[in-house]
Amino acid sequence: MTRTAPHPRTTRAAALVVALALAPLAACSAGSLGSSSDEGGEGGTTITWLTGSDETAQATATSIVEAFEAANPDITVELDGRPAGGEGDNLVKTRLQTGSMADVFDYNSGSLFQQIAPEKNLAPLGEDVIGAVDDTYLPQVSVGDTAYGVPYGTAFGGGVMYNRDVYAQLGLQVPKTWAEFASNAEAIKAAGIAPVVQTYGETWTSQLFVLGDFHNVAAANPEWAEQYTANQAKYATDPAALAGFQHLQEAHEKGWQNADFASAKVEDGMRALAAGEGAMYPILSANVTTLLSADPDAGDRIGFFALPGEDAATNGLTAWYPNAVYVPKSTTGAKLEAAEKLAAFIASPDGCEAQTQAAPPTGPYLVEGCELPADVPQVTKDVSAYFEADAQSPALEFLSPVKGPALEQITVEVGSGIRPAADGAALYDQDVEKQAQQLGLEGW
Amino acid sequence: MSTTISSTAARSRTRPARTPGGSSRHRGPYPGWFYLPAAVIYGVLFIIPTLLSFYFALTRWTIFDSEFIGLGNFAQFFSEPALTKGFVNTFVYAVLTSGAKVVLGLGLGMLLTSQIVGRGYLRAVVFFPVLVSSVGVGITFQVLMNPTKGAINAALGVIGIDGPGWLTNPDLALFSVAMVDVWKGVGLATLIYMAGIVSIPKEYYEAAKVDGAGSWTLFRNVIFPLSWPATSTVVTLSLIGGLRSFDLIWAMTRGGPGFTSDVIASVIYKQYQAGFYGLSTAGNVILFVAVTAIVLPLTRFLARKEVEL
Repeated sequence: MTRTAPHPRTTRAAALVVALALAPLAACSAGSLGSSSDEGGEGGTTITWLTGSDETAQATATSIVEAFEAANPDITVELDGRPAGGEGDNLVKTRLQTGSMADVFDYNSGSLFQQIAPEKNLAPLGEDVIGAVDDTYLPQVSVGDTAYGVPYGTAFGGGVMYNRDVYAQLGLQVPKTWAEFASNAEAIKAAGIAPVVQTYGETWTSQLFVLGDFHNVAAANPEWAEQYTANQAKYATDPAALAGFQHLQEAHEKGWQNADFASAKVEDGMRALAAGEGAMYPILSANVTTLLSADPDAGDRIGFFALPGEDAATNGLTAWYPNAVYVPKSTTGAKLEAAEKLAAFIASPDGCEAQTQAAPPTGPYLVEGCELPADVPQVTKDVSAYFEADAQSPALEFLSPVKGPALEQITVEVGSGIRPAADGAALYDQDVEKQAQQLGLEGW
Repeated sequence: MSTTISSTAARSRTRPARTPGGSSRHRGPYPGWFYLPAAVIYGVLFIIPTLLSFYFALTRWTIFDSEFIGLGNFAQFFSEPALTKGFVNTFVYAVLTSGAKVVLGLGLGMLLTSQIVGRGYLRAVVFFPVLVSSVGVGITFQVLMNPTKGAINAALGVIGIDGPGWLTNPDLALFSVAMVDVWKGVGLATLIYMAGIVSIPKEYYEAAKVDGAGSWTLFRNVIFPLSWPATSTVVTLSLIGGLRSFDLIWAMTRGGPGFTSDVIASVIYKQYQAGFYGLSTAGNVILFVAVTAIVLPLTRFLARKEVEL
């Protein structure tokens, strides 16, 4: 007995030690995942920038970082990648919530920006950072009078990229009304070319017929966005708003789509467009970079026009404002200083220059002193022309926080003939209800 | 492996359990303290979040605060148009995959326990897909099943068949994913069946042979009933797996085209992704209840059949 007596006591003590050692471990391990708090060597500051993981996003950010580091030798910027679309939104929100956001990140402006609770999560930016930013842009990254972001990239349009060679060969004019669009499409189809390119392998592209049509909705009723936010206007019941869904259905029913529309991706669509196998591709003008990587010589051959509505007199472009670069509240001290310097650099002519070098601009920069180079692709020229003529209005997502998450699935169904347009619009009205309730908007 | 587990469970139910340690206070050689680390981890990472989710299902919460809305989320979830489709799809998918795994697993199990050439190699080939990650398999098959550029339709084209849009045809997408799920999961079912078949004592075969049984009778009256524990394990595992299935569907179709191959889990994930945290928590509670309501009676039933044998 005397020999065994101390034995349980020691095991008990050992177990206690293990338990005590494990308890804080279990508590902290979740939080420390994904944090990147390594200080840079050689006395300098290292900050991390979370940006898109796709090729274009990485190349643009790399170009900026190189120029920035050359101007600020004591700061090192590391790049981190995130997926696009809903998954990326989720990642940004989760990292902000857990306080593990990178020191700098880029993200949407407008209503998506409002959803990441800027006042709680983001560091306000001073006049020294946002001084050169165009006044028309600031409301997209501000809560009240406080601005939280600087524009990253250029403004762009949602409309139709078209093959100018095909148009010239068939003697067609850029359509100003949907009726003209339809007759052009029939003429192109008769020539054995797919009139409308659709790429549902990447579902977001299916939304363009609806989202890119918003200029026409706003032209028919300038108050539409406010009424929509207040639960008074609906896609299913407003003929001007429903038109986008109907055009999509028409494109499918009349056989205008390319044969592989259900599985094609944006690259496939761009390749088909550049090769003249497809003539008109409803897409964001920002995707001109994908076009040029699919075919570097397509810059002059491919042009851009706004999705036409009923009335030629109000023809104009649905415009998207650029994303912004933000600094989260979790960035402090020397890193905050470095992050603000980076933001200020991005919103300066030098920053625009670095972006232009990485990828051709797809529309105007919204920073004072930034000029477009003369050799931009035709798409960019056509988009800028709409801005210069002031024949543009912001997309709905910049005017209303109400945007349902399932639109891309619904438009895929409408565009694939699974669901009729009216049904799809009604379903989307139901979908946005959740978003409005989640945001706690009045009247829902 | 599964045979021993299930049959001990069956036996302990029929016979009164006897504790080996003697007195009830000192059960084992180790003190209760030893449970603590595991209990802390299990509690913090599982019990507390699970219980919290039952509360948060009743709220509309953002990352930063929550508002109690009673059963509103459940009402909303059940009025979700994609959900009806998702429920039907989930059951079709679960029944289809677990049925196919039982049939193919039993067949392959019998084949691979018999004397055939290259048995070891074939066993490895059948089991191999189990080792590959679902997302990897999903992406690979997404490429193979591409209607215009995929290898499957190219192969069909050689013999003159115009292959369908496996993942883009709304009527086919779910079945294509189910097919890949079976391909990936049948190795595990086969393994379980092989263990079950191998553990059937030789005497039964000999007795049956003496009675003049052919191979069908042998299968009908010896192999199938005596490998019942394996069948019940395969059914239970693959049914639960099928009801919760998400990774493969998400990797291959994201519930598309449109909503046509959505299952409950992908509907929930989309709500979460959209930031409707309360709604998706409610969805998870519904999924939990639904899976429990199906699987619990089923395992009872399967276990009872085992005891009857």
